[in-house]
Amino acid sequence: MHHLSTSPAFLRGMTQSRSVSRRDVFRLAGLSAAGLALSACGVQGQQKAAPKPSEVAGFWAGKQKNGKVVFANWPEYMPEDRGPLKKFEQETGIKVEYLEVIEENASFFGKAEPQLRAGQPLGYDIIVMTNGTQFAKMQALGYLVALDHKQLPNFAANAGAKYKNPAYDPNNTYSIPYTSGMTGIAYNTKYVKDPIKSIQALFDPKYKGKVGMMADSQEIANYGLLALGVAPEQSTKADWDKAAAMLQKQREDGIVRKYYDQDYIDAVSKGDVWLTMGWSGDVFQRQLAGEPVAFMVPEEGGTIWTDNMMIPKGAANPVDALMLMDYLYKPEIAAELTEYIQYVTPVPAVKDLLSTKAAGLKGEDKEALEAMIESPLIFPTEADYAKLHTYVTPSTPAEQEAFESMFQAVTQG
Amino acid sequence: MRGRLGDRLLHVYTWLIIAWLTAPIAVMILFGFNDKQSKSNTSWQGFTLRWYGELFADGSLTGALVNSLQIAVISTILTTVIGTLLGLALGRYRFRGKGASNFLVFAAISTPELVMGASLLSLFVSGNTPRGLLTITIAHVLFSLSFVVVTVRARVVGLDPSLEEAARDLGAGTWTTFRLVTLPAIMPAVFAGALLAFALSIDDYVVTSFVNGSTLTFPLWIIGSVKVGIPPQVNVMGTLIFGIGVAIAVGNAIASRRRT
Amino acid sequence: MRRVRAAAAPYLLALPAWIWFAIFFVVPIAAMASVSLTTGNLLEGFQQTFSVSNYAKAVGQYHTQLIRSLIYGGIATLIMLVLAYPMAYWIAFKGGRRKSMYLFLLLLPFFVSFVLRTISWGFLLADDGILFGPLKSAGLLPADFHVLATDVAVIGGLVYNFLPFMVLPIYVALERVDPRVVEAAYDLYASRLAAFRRVVLPLSLPGVFAGVLMTFVPATADPVNARILGGTGNTMIGNIIQTEYLTNNDYPTASALSFTLMAVLLVGIFVYARSLGTENVLEAAAR
Repeated sequence: MHHLSTSPAFLRGMTQSRSVSRRDVFRLAGLSAAGLALSACGVQGQQKAAPKPSEVAGFWAGKQKNGKVVFANWPEYMPEDRGPLKKFEQETGIKVEYLEVIEENASFFGKAEPQLRAGQPLGYDIIVMTNGTQFAKMQALGYLVALDHKQLPNFAANAGAKYKNPAYDPNNTYSIPYTSGMTGIAYNTKYVKDPIKSIQALFDPKYKGKVGMMADSQEIANYGLLALGVAPEQSTKADWDKAAAMLQKQREDGIVRKYYDQDYIDAVSKGDVWLTMGWSGDVFQRQLAGEPVAFMVPEEGGTIWTDNMMIPKGAANPVDALMLMDYLYKPEIAAELTEYIQYVTPVPAVKDLLSTKAAGLKGEDKEALEAMIESPLIFPTEADYAKLHTYVTPSTPAEQEAFESMFQAVTQG
Repeated sequence: MRGRLGDRLLHVYTWLIIAWLTAPIAVMILFGFNDKQSKSNTSWQGFTLRWYGELFADGSLTGALVNSLQIAVISTILTTVIGTLLGLALGRYRFRGKGASNFLVFAAISTPELVMGASLLSLFVSGNTPRGLLTITIAHVLFSLSFVVVTVRARVVGLDPSLEEAARDLGAGTWTTFRLVTLPAIMPAVFAGALLAFALSIDDYVVTSFVNGSTLTFPLWIIGSVKVGIPPQVNVMGTLIFGIGVAIAVGNAIASRRRT
Repeated sequence: MRRVRAAAAPYLLALPAWIWFAIFFVVPIAAMASVSLTTGNLLEGFQQTFSVSNYAKAVGQYHTQLIRSLIYGGIATLIMLVLAYPMAYWIAFKGGRRKSMYLFLLLLPFFVSFVLRTISWGFLLADDGILFGPLKSAGLLPADFHVLATDVAVIGGLVYNFLPFMVLPIYVALERVDPRVVEAAYDLYASRLAAFRRVVLPLSLPGVFAGVLMTFVPATADPVNARILGGTGNTMIGNIIQTEYLTNNDYPTASALSFTLMAVLLVGIFVYARSLGTENVLEAAAR
């Protein structure tokens, strides 16, 4: 069945319930709104067929709120005063234990995997993971609880169309977004005088030794593919070969200084590299600090990723977890989060709320908030979205291995 | 007399090495005073004492530091005791299992951290041991043990055993001999081993990240915040650790001068 | 009674460490060894096939990084030995009552997280940073000069991070030598060099052996310095093991790589011990 996966729409049709729900309406709206909505992307991968609605209902039947929830998240993804969580506690009486324990998808998964495999609970009711390889493995291995969307009314009402029914998790079976961000090109305006427009700048010999690329296979593969003019979500193994060869040549020509994990932003703001693949939120924060960095999404396209909330198997308080996940979709709560996190929010209503707030502010605070509202890195326009692609998702374990080893040979040789 | 100049050069050299090792600490201390305007703390934006006032503003960071200190102290004590005993045995005696012990000590040093962490996690998972302070401490003792053993053994080897024999002949018990003769003789190695164990523990990231469950240590907390910018409180805490260390060193030096 | 106790002494001394090693090291590492003999993948499961194909893959696919790591580790160890010996010598013989203060100062930077140290080095060594920026403006360095993202930076980082592990054991071995013996030797022999070679050096060899063991082995397996300070083509075997384990979830290959590395290191240490003139590698420190 997965071999038919060239047509994601076909696949979705096969795995999805036929009844037209409110969510489907949103999804269709999303598809028509943008030339390239998130939901239109991606090969489905080795996921098990989505659980039957009866199974999901069976799991949730009789589950009660316990008055407690443990939320594992990335650091600095929640205001320091924990405002949203405190409000949730006051309104629901549910006590939130908030832990900043996820630093990286691979290391988090590497640690969680043996515990989940042994059928032991992680001790977390909500975890946050990016829509990459590890999230796909979590789904494929059955390590996640299918969500009961009847208990997620705020998500249904307030999530942007682009954040519903993503290809990496059809129907939001297992996850709803926490925040999104973009992979584009970050460059140092002190050294790069002409504004960068094209992805080809990363391959330009005039920046020899001053270009940073990302070490993550999915991230770098997307940029190789986009440079070749191939849409990553439709790419084939032959395309990967070409992209890897192109990236290998870029390395051999001495253009690449380094393949970065997360430390590229310091390098580009200091001028160790002049331009590099980068994430939007990082750059925005550096701009606020007055550092000479700019960020752009190449005209050939860029990557969009999403960090998602999900419930791991064995979670002790699933109902409380759903309530908290849904609570974060209240527009005023989402606005509070966005103001702090400074990445892309899945709740479009946030923009108006923040504009209203900015109107009531004065001086520097007002300027800062207005700059944020104006920033395409935090509130991308439709035109921005149209250029954004999701990650390549190989469809079998063998393909996955081939994909990884192709690009790891470039980044780790 | 011949050695005077050489000694002086070596004195200067020793301080140069210490200065080199300490150079990044100076930068760290500086950025604890940085009046930064956004989340990133990598470019100098003016002087402030704000972060000292708000040192404990983030409870999770304070908690992580407290965890790290607890783990470091307990694991250092355990490691130093257990490691010193094995180091003594290996340096002093011939016995069955000596070769195997030497091999284990070597193997533990050469095990890549990630493999040690992952294999310990598997062990704790299959033993259904809840991950937390206890498992982190166990792991830290394991990876620092060999360093203490090797250091102590290097001291014990070639120590003159006749002193101990003399003590025993004079009627001293095993414990008395150990306390009054053996221990003072190997004390520099025990002290050095303890320093190494403490440094290894308080700085460990890879192994800890596997066996910590939901407990955070200082390095884990910092790594987690690298992506979005390390708050200056981290620099301040590092500065305080360093400052307390220097105070201890200076106090020790003054005390030793008084004794002379 | 006394003799029985004396015979039991080494076993009693070793027992706590043995227990610790047995439960928390031998058992899990043996499990890892069995994982290295499985085949399959995470999604479809791993089967115990006792196939050595993972070892073939480890050596075949990653020998470049393995050899590179040995070279980096070896060079770093040599530099550390040269840097550490004079310092250990001076502290041991001339440190007086402040010996422990010097040792403490030597270790103190390592009580502060390596992340902070590394970020600070990045600040100091930036291409146009406070060190190189002015030199470049003054024309003393070419504009494209850089230290970060080179093999020099990786080896320098290894030296920086492991240096105390070389100083301490050499110091510990030298410190037990009576300085008066050394002075007497200097008076006896025709040259200071001869005195050093015949008296001091042999006495310090157990420390040198311990120091090399404690630096060469972890430096060769280290993943951190190459990742943070290296550029393209500086990847070490420790990084590969991390990638295979965490990113690819290829546990068999990661285990096989680790055991290959450990075996190579054991051979390296064996050859080194032989060159020191000891017969039994594991007894080397006892000579």
